[in-house]
Amino acid sequence: MRSPFGRFLLRRLGLSLLTLWLVSVVVFLGAQVLPGDPGRAVLGPLADARAVAALNREIGADRPPVEIYVSWVGGMLQGDLGQSYAYRAPVAPFVGDAMLKSLKLVGMIFVIVVPLGVGAGVVAALNVGKPIDRIISVASLSLTVIPEFVSAIALILVFAVILRWLPLSASWPAGAGPLTQLEHLILPALPLVIVLFGYIARMARAGTVEALSSDYTRTAVLKGLPWRTVLTRHVLRNALVPTITVIAAQTGYALGGLVVVETLFRYQGIGNLVLSAAKAKDFAMLQAGILAIGAFFIVATLIADCITVMLNPRLRAELGR
Amino acid sequence: MSRTSTISPDAAEASPALELDDLSVAYTVRGRDLPVLANVSLTIARGEAYGLVGESGSGKSTVALALQRVLPANGRICGGYARVAGKDVAELGAAELRRMRAKDVAMVFQDPGKALNPSLTVGRQMAEVFEILGSSGSEARKRGEEMLGRVRISDPARVMASFPHQLSGGMQQRVVIAMALAKDPALLILDEPTTGLDATIEAEVLDLVDTLRQEFGAAVLFISHNLAAVASLCNRVGVLYAGKLVEEGPARELFSDPRHPYTAGLLRCLPRAGFKGGAALDNIPGFPPPPGSITSGCVFAPRCGLVQDRCRIDEPPLYEVGNGRGSRCHFHDRVDDLPRMSEAPPVNTPERGPEVEPVLKLEHLSKTYTLPGNRKVQALRDVSLTLDPGETLGLVGESGSGKSTLANLVLGLAEHDEGGRIDLDGKPIPADVHARPREAVKAIQIVFQNPDSALNRAHTVKHLIGRAVEKLAGIAGKQRDSRVRHLLEAVRLTPRQLPAKPRQLSGGMKQRVAVARAFAADPRVIVCDEPTSALDVSVQSAILNLLSELQAERQVSYILISHDLGVVRHLSDRIAVMYLGRLMEIGPARSVIEGPHHPYTEALLSAAPTVTGERGARIRLEGQIPSPIDPPSGCVFNTRCPRKFAKICETEEPPFVLDDEGHAIRCHLPREKLGRGRKMEGVAVGEAGA
Repeated sequence: MRSPFGRFLLRRLGLSLLTLWLVSVVVFLGAQVLPGDPGRAVLGPLADARAVAALNREIGADRPPVEIYVSWVGGMLQGDLGQSYAYRAPVAPFVGDAMLKSLKLVGMIFVIVVPLGVGAGVVAALNVGKPIDRIISVASLSLTVIPEFVSAIALILVFAVILRWLPLSASWPAGAGPLTQLEHLILPALPLVIVLFGYIARMARAGTVEALSSDYTRTAVLKGLPWRTVLTRHVLRNALVPTITVIAAQTGYALGGLVVVETLFRYQGIGNLVLSAAKAKDFAMLQAGILAIGAFFIVATLIADCITVMLNPRLRAELGR
Repeated sequence: MSRTSTISPDAAEASPALELDDLSVAYTVRGRDLPVLANVSLTIARGEAYGLVGESGSGKSTVALALQRVLPANGRICGGYARVAGKDVAELGAAELRRMRAKDVAMVFQDPGKALNPSLTVGRQMAEVFEILGSSGSEARKRGEEMLGRVRISDPARVMASFPHQLSGGMQQRVVIAMALAKDPALLILDEPTTGLDATIEAEVLDLVDTLRQEFGAAVLFISHNLAAVASLCNRVGVLYAGKLVEEGPARELFSDPRHPYTAGLLRCLPRAGFKGGAALDNIPGFPPPPGSITSGCVFAPRCGLVQDRCRIDEPPLYEVGNGRGSRCHFHDRVDDLPRMSEAPPVNTPERGPEVEPVLKLEHLSKTYTLPGNRKVQALRDVSLTLDPGETLGLVGESGSGKSTLANLVLGLAEHDEGGRIDLDGKPIPADVHARPREAVKAIQIVFQNPDSALNRAHTVKHLIGRAVEKLAGIAGKQRDSRVRHLLEAVRLTPRQLPAKPRQLSGGMKQRVAVARAFAADPRVIVCDEPTSALDVSVQSAILNLLSELQAERQVSYILISHDLGVVRHLSDRIAVMYLGRLMEIGPARSVIEGPHHPYTEALLSAAPTVTGERGARIRLEGQIPSPIDPPSGCVFNTRCPRKFAKICETEEPPFVLDDEGHAIRCHLPREKLGRGRKMEGVAVGEAGA
């Protein structure tokens, strides 16, 4: 690609791969090297030394660390994420399945929170200083500080136990249609919606307030444009650029926050997978799970950067230089 | 285009472009109504150019906002009418109001960079104007492009595809003007349209507005604090003071023979006649009254030199003072007797003998910046000059000419290239300020353009000056406090201001604090970077007087950077003209201004409007300033020079020829063929009180 944007994309992709590699090193160090003797860690202090050695040989942990790392990365490049000790089966299908489930949940979260947060922020900005603005500002600030596990339990009590509007578990029965899936996902999505709503609403409010008081908005008004055009074409376009960046960056955060939610709602997503792998000392699974989360984070950031650049001509021009 | 106004098209054509009838506007602050405009009446005929002048806070921008109904949320029209093309703006419904904005009124603001939407192309924003008027998308773009051509943009297609930040300030302002004129408005409002632009670009924009006004037949309301710019463009002028129109009349007569003491005072504040060594500028003592504080009598009485008992009781009506002129002064026939209000002594010039050793000597200073991609930019190239004790060197040139780079090198904020040399009092000093001995650091100080950003808002005046005394002069304790008081006195502030924080001070007071800080440790050289361009005319004159008094007392030398040639001429012993990082001319102020001088200097001088409204033939500089990354070969000015005469201009850099008066010019033309300026006449008003 010869366009400036293409070059930017290539450069950022290169940087992303570099980051991904660094993540893999850190994950590897954390999961393979720190426990020292994986076989011993798995089997416990009372196990027979021969059993430990046999297990280490079986999972390949008796080789030098560099060799283990090279074969792990080599395997990954060919699509082999390693063998799960706990399941005695390849890790990849588990990680893939869990990732897909988590993405569905993240998707649900953002489908709810983006319109809600942006809408609330813009409404607040259009009514600066009025009661509605105060309500939105106070609400967004106080909702942000409620931890997921508190709001999750409260939500479960209210909607699943008392009102019985929504199913308690996030996992849907096998073969359920998309609608049933959605129904199961709403409740688990809400705790993170509550946390993210504050961030997004406040960013959207600040950006809109600034754009509303700008000279170019005044110019647009004085051109005699209808208010709706002024708002959509001139105000929101400039106001929401920082918000969009924040949203994209928060996607990664949301994925990290899923550990709590998925456990509470017994949802077999990536968070749950990583947690149970850690409990079971299933190092291959743990590595692959964390790496998957890291990769997702990196992709989300990359997309955020691309969107920011596409929406901001000044940044785009700088790419050209 | 359908025109469905409440009155017939004929009537609309016949009615004046703008009619303000007893217009009063109030802002509600903490539950109180503060009158910002009080009973302002004025009429602008179709096709007429009307200038509204006044200092900050006089309410002149409020006029523009009120008549388009875009007052801030706490502002409202509380009396009288504003009629645009015959329509009372207060009575328009939402749709009619939009139609008025789309069709009848257009406005150009101060900062074109901010007035354009940064994330839309110029083309999109141009087309919008025509789309409102009913053009289809492609037709709107075509007409937008035509419109850009009409504001003399040579490459409209490229500009249409550009984003605002890709254009220069002058080009952006042309785009804004094109957008404004696109609707063929009855009234075009210009609010400080040239503030922040270079003198040459300011002149271009003013010329353009003047030509277009005639082409389009639009009436112009030109709001400015720049009296000279108003004089060069407008037929009639209104002077606004504390929300009242205190004087009105034809521009030329009003400026040459003011009939209100405020107007007369403003004119006397302008540095416009003579050179350094002449009379100090007059000023207007005191401050404009806060809105609503004067309830009886004349609003100007507390600051007026002609004030009588009657003025404090009777509010003066608008007296007819002949030939379409009006003045709100009981003693409008005595304005000529207005006494001089400033007690400042005449501006001194240093006694210069051949044996005087320069305080500052710059030799072969260059500054090269390396850009990404290993490209080099020479921001300054081989500048050598000297500065005598007590002397002022004026530095002029457009943005990007290297003035600020030179100042930074002198201050040590940027390091000059190898091979250059800075001598202070005969001894070389290091390039980097951190490597300089304290004596050298305290000897060279700076006064910035904007005192708001130069002073830390969290600190008191005492702390601000005291810290400079402590750090630079190394004085602490009791001695420091007495030094602070002494400095405060020197800049004509009182100890009452010691506990004040910057926000409690007026702009002029803040600049005085900045000056006091620069003088904290007996400096030898002060770089004054546009010291008054953020200030009102009356405040400017007081600061300029202060600077020259301090110079006379302390034999300090100034390097004065300013785009206002009047200011430069008033304060400078010598003037240096810079272009693309090179000195093009340097010499005694009178020789540089009266000539023979460099063609670039000639163009700069001809660009500056004068308050008498008479401008010589303007010399237009073609094209943009070339990029310093790739400067033109030969004489760097050859791409824009109106006097370019031979191949040699493109191939050989001209020698810097010095005559026996110490006047050097970098041009291939022989002196006798170089241009001369208008002789600087002593304008009557400037000497009236002397």
